[in-house]
Amino acid sequence: MALIKDGKLVTDPFVDASGPEALPPTGPVLVTYDQWQAERAALLARGTPLGIRLHSDQPPELIAADLRHFALVALEFPKFRDGRAYSYARLLRERYGFTGELRAVGDVLLEQLFFMLRTGFDAFDVQGADPLGSYRTALGDLSVWYQPTGDGRPTAMQLRRKH
Amino acid sequence: MYRYDGFDAKFVAERAAQFRRQVTRRLAGELTEDQFRPLRLMNGLYLQLHAYMLRVNVPYGTLSSKQMRTFAHVARTYDKGFGHFTTRQNIQYNWIKLEQAPDIIKELANAEITSIQSSGNCVRNITSDQYAGCAKDELSDPRIYCELLRQYSFLHPEFSYLPRKFKIAVTGSPNDRAAVAVHDIGLRMHRNEQDEIGFEVLVGGGLGRTPYIGQTIRNWLAPEDLLSYVEAILRVYNMQGRRDNIHKARIKIIVNQMGIDKYRELVDKEWEFTKNGALKVPDDEIERIRAYFAPPAYERLQDLTAELAVARKADRAFDRWLRGNVIEHKVPGYAIVNVSLKAPGRVPGDITADKMDAVADIADKYSFGEIRVSHRQNLVLVDVKQSDLQQLWRELFALELATPNLGLLSDIICCPGLDYCALANARAIPIAQDISHAFSDLDELQRIGHFTINISGCMNACGHHHVGHIGILGVDKRGEEYFQLTLGGSSDQQASLGDRLGPGLPQAEVPGAIRKIVDTFLKRREHEERFIDTYRRVGIEPFKEAVYGSESQAA
Repeated sequence: MALIKDGKLVTDPFVDASGPEALPPTGPVLVTYDQWQAERAALLARGTPLGIRLHSDQPPELIAADLRHFALVALEFPKFRDGRAYSYARLLRERYGFTGELRAVGDVLLEQLFFMLRTGFDAFDVQGADPLGSYRTALGDLSVWYQPTGDGRPTAMQLRRKH
Repeated sequence: MYRYDGFDAKFVAERAAQFRRQVTRRLAGELTEDQFRPLRLMNGLYLQLHAYMLRVNVPYGTLSSKQMRTFAHVARTYDKGFGHFTTRQNIQYNWIKLEQAPDIIKELANAEITSIQSSGNCVRNITSDQYAGCAKDELSDPRIYCELLRQYSFLHPEFSYLPRKFKIAVTGSPNDRAAVAVHDIGLRMHRNEQDEIGFEVLVGGGLGRTPYIGQTIRNWLAPEDLLSYVEAILRVYNMQGRRDNIHKARIKIIVNQMGIDKYRELVDKEWEFTKNGALKVPDDEIERIRAYFAPPAYERLQDLTAELAVARKADRAFDRWLRGNVIEHKVPGYAIVNVSLKAPGRVPGDITADKMDAVADIADKYSFGEIRVSHRQNLVLVDVKQSDLQQLWRELFALELATPNLGLLSDIICCPGLDYCALANARAIPIAQDISHAFSDLDELQRIGHFTINISGCMNACGHHHVGHIGILGVDKRGEEYFQLTLGGSSDQQASLGDRLGPGLPQAEVPGAIRKIVDTFLKRREHEERFIDTYRRVGIEPFKEAVYGSESQAA
């Protein structure tokens, strides 16, 4: 596994406590929605950056009121065919105004990266021998967009109307 | 018709290059078949029984003669010299090699044709009325909005991995020739009380194993709101559609589970946030696209009713063709000519490369170089001068493309079935051939009148069997092919799903059963009734009895 953030390979500062691993005493952690529900006060009392991981059947509406507490929202793709998180990402960015890290986790295919970027993801948990090289290739594939999304890339229609 | 500008051309060229890289990665083993499948499907490439099949879009059924020649070229160079037009206003090639697919897609892109999203769990080819822009009964040209939707849907970052496929159809005429009620979204253009043209929006229609007629989610939608409203429907579907069971994943299932009122409430709530945002369609964009669909340079002509009457009297075959396959045009002196791909014994929708080229030449000569493809698997020349009709008929006749059976019993819709398709349970094509042989007497066909027979080789219903006046569904019964008949289906503005007639029949008995149904209809018919009218009046019982006898009814 490698983490690409803003186009660079980075070390993940968050300890993933959403699985079987125990919560470390200090430092940034990534927790599940259930953990957040159960241990909200304790997690906030840590005073370190907090990340939350949502399953694909947990819409961001669940955490809309709490977003200010999170530096990271990780949206899960249980299978690459499950496209709910694309809508969740747009809602987080465009409706709820989330400006922290939005990370794609799970079955993240390089072929889908540009859909993810366009819907608001800026970080990707990816596999493969040369993740950064594949990332750059995937991003170079297309340069014309027809749909306005929150990423601000101008659409063909907007560019046409400028001329 | 619409022409690509620099943005569109760059988009499809980049997409073609991307696909080439993906195929290269697959051939090199860097992608597994499981990972590659959605990528190839979103470029229209299926793996079928014998080979790869490539499904290519004819957006809203509109094609230039140059594009038709490209289809012919692809058929000749990369396939076995023919192609198959489908109920989705697509053309399918059945014998494709994976290694050659990137070259085909590049050649198509050069002719402004794509196979983008002709498959996959995304918004599919936008379909429409094959007579758009020319029909006398048309209120407004649907192609402008189809084109808007085409661009909007291509590689939509949010909606490329929907729960299941998503089909949108648009009609600009109150006489629905696009079957909009059996699409995930159906759009019907009409006027509101302020006399403004907009859309009635239907949602949740569809065929397949759980057929539904679409329900009205919104009575009137302003054209400028089309994209934002469609996006709201799609977003609710993307988040709420079922992902646990592929057979329950279409939008029709959740619309019918939660009810149309609840679905409407969710869509409206979503739409509140976005209706005045970046998706609002500016007037100038609508006008930019409309300019591409400006009428061709029609001459000022008079209708030639008297002259044609003389020619019809002199030539019975010409008269029959005129009555059957030619319909009124909105411009005086012109006519809409349907080119039947349903000659007796032929495979419905199939056409050879040579005939594609011939049709392209004819379109250049007689119809401003444009060809339409109908969801009933025929071709159309939409702008023919009435003074050219007789000569055109002779040329089509010589090509076996003038069978005067449009809308008649032998104008059969038929899916590729088990002859090609990996999903099929039964061969659909031989049934169509048997029926068109049994009903090849043109006088008889005309006497029977308007009649639709739709055949699907499995319950996925690519042959629209639920909405045929007679629907025929191929099923597998312990390894044998059987055919189940339904009666009373219709896909027009009074759409209805057919009722099951009785137990499935073996192939050999199907033409005889159709004969019995037709005879019963002719006995029960009042005045000039169409079969569907008689059926709706008398119900299924007389037909059941005719096919199965009175004893089997009790069983």
